[in-house]
Amino acid sequence: MFILKILVRNAFRHKLRTFLTILGITVAILAFGLLRTFINAWYGGVEASSASRLITRNSLSLIFFLPLSYKDKIRQVDGVKTVSWGNWFGGIYVDEKHFFANFAVDAKSYLDLYPEYILTPEEETAFLRDRKGFVAGRKLAKRFGWKIGDTVTLRGTIYPGNWDFVLRGIYRGRDESIDETQFFFHWDYLNESLKKTTPSRADQVGWYMVGVSHPDLTPEVSLAIDRLFKNSIAETLTETEKAFQLSFIAMSEAILIAIELVSFVVIIIIIAVVANTMSMTYRERIGEYAIFKTLGYRGWRIAGMILGESMVITGIGSFWGILLTFPVARYAGKILSNYFPVFKVPAEAIYMEIVASFIVGILAAIVPTWRAIRIRIADGLRRID
Amino acid sequence: MAPIVEIIDVSKSYQRGNRIIPVLQNINLIIEEGEFLALMGPSGSGKSTLLNLIAALDQVDRGIIRVGGIDITALSESELAEWRAINVGFIFQFYNLIPVLTAFENVELPLLLTGLSRKEREEHVATALRVVNLEDRMDHYPAQLSGGEQQRVAIARAIVTDPVILVADEPTGDLDKVAAREILELMDRLNRESHKTIIMVTHDPRAAEKARVIRRLEKGFLNDVHSQDSR
Repeated sequence: MFILKILVRNAFRHKLRTFLTILGITVAILAFGLLRTFINAWYGGVEASSASRLITRNSLSLIFFLPLSYKDKIRQVDGVKTVSWGNWFGGIYVDEKHFFANFAVDAKSYLDLYPEYILTPEEETAFLRDRKGFVAGRKLAKRFGWKIGDTVTLRGTIYPGNWDFVLRGIYRGRDESIDETQFFFHWDYLNESLKKTTPSRADQVGWYMVGVSHPDLTPEVSLAIDRLFKNSIAETLTETEKAFQLSFIAMSEAILIAIELVSFVVIIIIIAVVANTMSMTYRERIGEYAIFKTLGYRGWRIAGMILGESMVITGIGSFWGILLTFPVARYAGKILSNYFPVFKVPAEAIYMEIVASFIVGILAAIVPTWRAIRIRIADGLRRID
Repeated sequence: MAPIVEIIDVSKSYQRGNRIIPVLQNINLIIEEGEFLALMGPSGSGKSTLLNLIAALDQVDRGIIRVGGIDITALSESELAEWRAINVGFIFQFYNLIPVLTAFENVELPLLLTGLSRKEREEHVATALRVVNLEDRMDHYPAQLSGGEQQRVAIARAIVTDPVILVADEPTGDLDKVAAREILELMDRLNRESHKTIIMVTHDPRAAEKARVIRRLEKGFLNDVHSQDSR
């Protein structure tokens, strides 16, 4: 108790310096936590992916289509339970600033395959009955103030023209990791329109979504599907939904690595800042450490005082940093909701913040502690004179 | 009286760059139990160095120092720390109190290394502060005390463990005349009434007058013995 009293009083001996150091730690830990949250958000789709779903796409690139006729062949592969398909629509609502993901899907099979998108039975029925109907995620509908029955027009980019849709359902995610900002509508609506306007583009599918009866079967099923279309005009690449999501993330891997590096650089900088504070503290108190030694205090007790003071300062800064991570991340999540539908502080970011704070506290105190242990009493007392 | 401190053929030098500077040379000194010794000499004569060696704050190059029959030159760093905590009370020129602790807490510091309970520690601290007549200032921080009061707190801290010897390095060097006299009277009282062995380094002849024996150091050598027992 007495030692704790000394630690706290010593820590606040230079109030301004301590306050600024604590502020620095708070900002650094907060920045670290936000960057980790940002990285986690990037992988949000991967975390939400199912182990029993496969994605089949053109082996050359996602921008090349697959024939609609593949669906029946895929259905016949052993282990395949459900087959759905979709196309990226890329429509613009009002203007480019209002970006959100929108795609055409085979509605019935898609809803069967993605039970994490929860609709009421009435909404589901209404959506399936209306060919021009669409479903929006709860956050997306809230963002634009859409209500059931509203007509929404998207300007097509890949598929030119103005496309009208009627909102028939607002889904909510099964849990917090589910993206609630998506917009999907009937693939048949798109396909029938294409048959009229540009028949050469009809009956083409962007990708197939394949439900497998058991997650253990995914390697065999994916091989079987790709084997089926080998040497055809459109060879396929089938991979797990997770691998499919990761392939998107891999495109921006350099950015992610840079962010990860920055998050660690922030910690290194704050170690230097706290180490500087502790070094100043050490220099000012050499005489006091000598007095403690004179009174019979051994080196490890002095070490405990310096290390403890460093931990007190770092602990307070980190506490505020961790505490602030939540509201700031919530605010950042609102701003970035167009790009990161799920922007939530992961538990792992908090653990890393705690570990980082311990590392900062310990590393910053190592040199002053070592020097305080080693200092000869007579030399220390001479500093006072 | 039995000898409490025996210094036998002690030498000490410091290294400054490539140069070795001898500070003490072949010092022999016996200090009796209950003695009040003043070590005098000009600056650089080695008196503070000798005091540091007696209090085990520094190590000899050669020779033996026995305190209470224990050869302290043969003890390890950690043994010396323990030995100092029990056997030596320190009084410094600049008081050297810990500024973030109250007078009470400063005096309590040496007792935290003992096995005393909190209540026992409080009793000891109260007694020590009573001896130096500062019971009513126990909750004050050093910055709230005058120089003389701070030195009295330092004396209370030095005596609270009831050490074998008290070492004082220029204890009045930073005090005005009145405060210096009070401190010297307090030390004199500790010596006469509590039979504390005191070894004091001082420049000040008026401070030395309070001692029973004065030894002079000059250029590392110990000179004459001047006994003031007739006082």
